[in-house]
Amino acid sequence: MKLNILEKFSGVFLLAGLVLFIVAVIGLAAVPVWMVEKKGGSEGLPKSVPENFQDTYADLEGYHQALFRGRDIYIAEGCWHCHSQFVRPTANENLRYGPVSTSGESQNLLNLPQLFGTRRVGPDLSREAGKRPNDWHYAHLYRPTNVEPQSVMPAYPWFFEMVEGVPVPNADGKAIVAYLQWLGSTVQNRKESAYDYEQDTLPPTE
Amino acid sequence: MKNNEGSELVDYTVIKMHFYAAVAFIFVVILTGLTYSLQFLQKYPFPGVEYLSPGRIRMVHTAGVAYAWLANGLFATLYYMVPKLTGYRTLSWGLGRGLFWAYNALVLGSVVLILGGHAQGLEWAETPAVLDPFIALTVVLFVINLLVPIFKARAEKMYVSLWYITAALIWTPLVYVMGNFLPQYFFAGTSGATISSMYIHDLVGLFVTPIGIAMVYYLLPVAMKRPLYSHALSIIGFWGLAFFYPMNSAHHYLFSPIPLWTQYFSIVASIGVHVVVYTVVFNIIATLASDWKQLIDNLPVRWIFFGTIAYLITCIQCAVQVTLSAQSIIHFTDWVVGHSHFVLFGTFSFWVTAWMYYLLPRIWGVPWYSEGLAKWHFWLLALGISLMQIDLLAAGVVQGMMWKALSPFIDSVAASIPFWWVRTFTGIMILAGECCFLTNFYLTWRESQQPRQIALETA
Repeated sequence: MKLNILEKFSGVFLLAGLVLFIVAVIGLAAVPVWMVEKKGGSEGLPKSVPENFQDTYADLEGYHQALFRGRDIYIAEGCWHCHSQFVRPTANENLRYGPVSTSGESQNLLNLPQLFGTRRVGPDLSREAGKRPNDWHYAHLYRPTNVEPQSVMPAYPWFFEMVEGVPVPNADGKAIVAYLQWLGSTVQNRKESAYDYEQDTLPPTE
Repeated sequence: MKNNEGSELVDYTVIKMHFYAAVAFIFVVILTGLTYSLQFLQKYPFPGVEYLSPGRIRMVHTAGVAYAWLANGLFATLYYMVPKLTGYRTLSWGLGRGLFWAYNALVLGSVVLILGGHAQGLEWAETPAVLDPFIALTVVLFVINLLVPIFKARAEKMYVSLWYITAALIWTPLVYVMGNFLPQYFFAGTSGATISSMYIHDLVGLFVTPIGIAMVYYLLPVAMKRPLYSHALSIIGFWGLAFFYPMNSAHHYLFSPIPLWTQYFSIVASIGVHVVVYTVVFNIIATLASDWKQLIDNLPVRWIFFGTIAYLITCIQCAVQVTLSAQSIIHFTDWVVGHSHFVLFGTFSFWVTAWMYYLLPRIWGVPWYSEGLAKWHFWLLALGISLMQIDLLAAGVVQGMMWKALSPFIDSVAASIPFWWVRTFTGIMILAGECCFLTNFYLTWRESQQPRQIALETA
């Protein structure tokens, strides 16, 4: 029996199974990855401990470890399923969040694996560094509804320990806030937008 | 007796094992999803409990859909279809049963580790990185087990289902290894996202979809006792899928820093898929049209039909929502959540359920205990998932518009709450439907355990 290549085992196995798949992987994964890697452009890990963490972390190495620990917590708790980490050049996102994301800014070890995210139950976090004080983050993580009554974010009391009846951030709590305050800190002019982050609104136009 | 010949060819025990596991896991998946939805109403039942934190429960829900519920369901049907279509047994029945235990132990291990805070930070690959090599190994062994009979029968004419199965068996391990290892260890940030987006899409497009379509192309003519409408259309459908689907990748990260030409390419390929889908859907509907009455009185056919309509709707949606103008509004919103629920539940879960309704009574040797419960199961699920989809699409548009209008973010959350109430309600409908199924399942199974004078010959 003479069979068309399109209906034969060899056609299905080699052409559909292997060739078309590999062509797609080369064309739409390997080539763009090569282009992104060639462009480079990331500043990588911070060269010094930022001012608002100098009390918490004495040396740069401890701060770097905290960033990685914070990143791991961000993954373990599924933060990335409700918060994205890239600003799109559309839907006024540059006004709300800050400068549009570029390919180079996420090419560093803290973005291995990448945490772009695909859903925003809460706002984007890729320009979070310095928008709010550390204490705001601690209060918010301990019980989000204390800060924003309508928030649907879960509470994370296990980032805190009770000291004389008062919740004080433990090592995990400090690490996740260090990580949040790092996000986007390498991006230039990230506060150039007129958007008022504290009030989460645009100023009235004249 | 014909039945005995069949049981020589097909290992019914391993099929039962996978189906039973699938039924157990559908409850895990629905209960975790329902629990998670309560967080959005500020009514989470376990607030402040670290190991039941909503973020972790969510990963059990999504990973469970892919790796626990659907994978077990698809594996069961493969163990039936491949020997039946090739005329050869799988390489080893012992291997098949051993892999069942190994695979499901890995799934349970993943649940424990995700709840313990060891999830992998890649979408749809949340199974902990430490378990990934073992999962990859079981998948490769599974593929070998099933490719051997197909290879033995390679000189014969392959039925259309077998094209899809062969291709899916090659794609699945490649996709798994690509998506779980490259972005985890080698490529950071934008490069990693390029690969991840390909993985997210391929897990649906090159694992679930081809096996799902193979299941329908096999079951529909057999259950209806009518020939497939067109062989030529199925060739177009298969090769269209093989050509366009792998190139869809970047449409999960449009407007991202991934090179723009890659994004444009994936948009065009996604629209290409939607054209190809028409050939598949037309083929199925035209086969159904040879005897519409069976929609009413043939249980598996009814489930196939709803799944096919859901497939058509989601694929039309895909072609619309993949355009940049639609993406601008609906990306990051509940629209996407509604879409993915309709794909994986409305289409593929319905097709797996169709197979259970067809195969389980034949394996057990007794008809379904209650037709009433089967009908409740169908209607609760069909109405529940349709309502969920409409609700979440609407929520998505509201959220996207409010974000674009630069409303305070929390206002978009407040505006979503009514939609999230409806979503939880539809989840309860689906849970109720599955409870009907479980009752029917148990009563039918109990019936099959009764001693009988003669072995039943069910049609």
